[in-house]
Amino acid sequence: MRHLFLFLPLLIPLVTAVLGLLAWNKPRLQRMLGVCGTATLLASAAALLVTVLKEGIISAQAGNWPAPFGITLVADIFSALMVLAAGVMGLAVSIYSLADTDRHHESVGYYPLLQVLLLGVCGSFLTGDLFNLYVWFEVMLIASFVLLAMGGRREQMEGAIKYVALNLIASAFFLAGIGLLYGVVGTLNMADLAVRLRAVPHVGTVPVIAVLLFCAFSIKAAVFPFFFWLPASYHTAPVAVITIFSALLTKVGVYVLIRIFTLIFIQETSTGQPVILAATIFTMMAGALGATAQPELRRILTFCVVSQIGYMLMGLGIMTPLALAGSIFFMLHIIAAKSALFLSTGIVSRLTGTTELARLGGLYHKRPLLAALFLVPALSVAGIPPLSGFWGKLALIQAALGTGHYLTVTVALGVSILTLYYLVRAWSEIFWKKRQGTDNDEYHHVSPTHRRQMLVPTVLLASVSLLMGIAAEPVFRLSLLAARQLLDPGSYISAVLGVRP
Amino acid sequence: MQSLILSTAIRLLMPLFLLFSVFLLLRGHNEPGGGFVGGLVAAAAFALYSLAHGAEAGRRMLRVDPRLMVAFGLMTTLVSGMLPFFSGQPFLTSLWSTFPAPVIGHAGSPLLFDTGVYLVVAGMSLLIIFSLMED
Amino acid sequence: MESVLAVVIGGLYAAGMYLMVRRSIIKMIFGLALLGNAANLLIFTVGRLTRGRPPHVLPGELMPSLPVADPVPQALILTAIVIGFGVQAFALVLIKRVYQSVGSDDQDDLVAENRPGGEE
Repeated sequence: MRHLFLFLPLLIPLVTAVLGLLAWNKPRLQRMLGVCGTATLLASAAALLVTVLKEGIISAQAGNWPAPFGITLVADIFSALMVLAAGVMGLAVSIYSLADTDRHHESVGYYPLLQVLLLGVCGSFLTGDLFNLYVWFEVMLIASFVLLAMGGRREQMEGAIKYVALNLIASAFFLAGIGLLYGVVGTLNMADLAVRLRAVPHVGTVPVIAVLLFCAFSIKAAVFPFFFWLPASYHTAPVAVITIFSALLTKVGVYVLIRIFTLIFIQETSTGQPVILAATIFTMMAGALGATAQPELRRILTFCVVSQIGYMLMGLGIMTPLALAGSIFFMLHIIAAKSALFLSTGIVSRLTGTTELARLGGLYHKRPLLAALFLVPALSVAGIPPLSGFWGKLALIQAALGTGHYLTVTVALGVSILTLYYLVRAWSEIFWKKRQGTDNDEYHHVSPTHRRQMLVPTVLLASVSLLMGIAAEPVFRLSLLAARQLLDPGSYISAVLGVRP
Repeated sequence: MQSLILSTAIRLLMPLFLLFSVFLLLRGHNEPGGGFVGGLVAAAAFALYSLAHGAEAGRRMLRVDPRLMVAFGLMTTLVSGMLPFFSGQPFLTSLWSTFPAPVIGHAGSPLLFDTGVYLVVAGMSLLIIFSLMED
Repeated sequence: MESVLAVVIGGLYAAGMYLMVRRSIIKMIFGLALLGNAANLLIFTVGRLTRGRPPHVLPGELMPSLPVADPVPQALILTAIVIGFGVQAFALVLIKRVYQSVGSDDQDDLVAENRPGGEE
């Protein structure tokens, strides 16, 4: 029954979404379903990870059609870790939404849509078929379109239109790439593609397809020069929605980039190394400089999302086990730390009614816990030891130094300092400086239940980041195992096709 | 929109449309057709009716909430996909009955799946059409 | 036939791109629809144009009698069309909402007025 573990992370969100549809007019039931469903998803993801660690890469064929013909689901350590992260984030955001979602959003199906989004994300992590990946991407996109446009405020509309347009262009590129690849190779199963493309030198159409797919996924992952849509749209949505978007959607893009460029287009990865590293450098810089210039907290954090994408891509550019392990560790760290930052931003905005730095201030005296909750993930994102961000960056920089990429190292370190600067500046503006204008310290009232519902997931994620820093060793060893698996495509291929190539 | 021709014709055409959609659904078992086109034809019937008599009348004619159709359709496809779990086979494996049923031949879980698709497609299309017509 | 379709695909891509860079939102959606159609036609063309029969294995035979058409590109296109249908339906609803709240179809109008106010 091993294949059951592969199907469960897809079936659980789908069943929860259907139940949510049936309970359309019962918001209380929908909320409960949301929390229970994501908790079950988390449990099944943990079971999947344990299975993969015990038995190696596992695969299942939907509909029992043998491998290159049917749709394959595959889980290696990397994808199992990402599914686990999706489960954690799903649970955290569902709990946070209990306090932060208004009646209107609930009435247009917020909770079922969240499940559909998780379904698309888990599907993208687990699929072993390129066209199936396209389908999961679209599932995820349609859910995210609706979540982003929900509420219908004018600035949201503006953001949603940019988001929709750019993502649909990316989908069209992806689809064209899939079509051309099928025309050239005659298969879309990723393991089968790897087998057929590793034997021949890549000339003619194949590098073009690789570039097409790189562009498509770079748009999804918000890599320079395709990142414009992300700062333009994310900051308009409710905090819970941005949190799950920034935690999972761009990571799906990075995941797919790492997956196909370590499995299928290995030759392009080595020839295209300067391009990937250039994209990395510019992504980091563009995001950090953008964040430094912003006067508003949510915009700072969305630019920060872009900047951190650069670090995740760095491992792909360097392509050593240490670098890839650093990327994987960094992805896990940033999902927890950045989400904790977003959620505490949500609490700040709930208390004060604003996220503009100029109008904030003096929160430290009233809410010391919140100040710590913002500071810990902020320092972690900046990469201060002993927090989690430090170890991820350390591995990446060590790998880059070992392979002689000194420019990348310089930029990565410089961007870290900039990150530290703008996050600490934001922190001191919110919590430290005196509040301008009205000097009455009145804050919006938040009921104790809501306060607990907002604090629990924030504390959870911040302590995940803290724990990943203090006990970095086991997590890093796991990332290293995952990276070794990625760099040995043979084990993936034999797990899917059943024969060692 | 008031059109005498459409509103008279749709009364006669509606049963034909719906019959044809079921025909397409069952034909899809072995030949071109299937739940998707069937669902679209069914949705087209109700959409035309709503064009002639208004979205409110269309909803009354449909009797069930299109959202529920989507939910039940998804449920049906899920159940048909999960049936093979009981015999230890992967999700979506087709199961076939051993003795032929009249008219459609050997029935199997794909027919159940297609029925789910039919409901989802019809419900989803009508959901979009109604919400576009109403505001 | 391939060359004719190649020209058509190129034309669709060009028209789609042209419409995408217009200021009008509705034209942008049309452009996206054209891009999707171009991609579908591309899959159809690179999947080899054959005058074949459906790839059915008739009763009593072990393999379909050649020549048969490759069913995979057709399945891919069908799926992509269905997805495109859903996404475009959503995009239409979205621009309708935008038109209702902004009263204009011009992307510049959308941006112009919410800059000074900032966040709510």
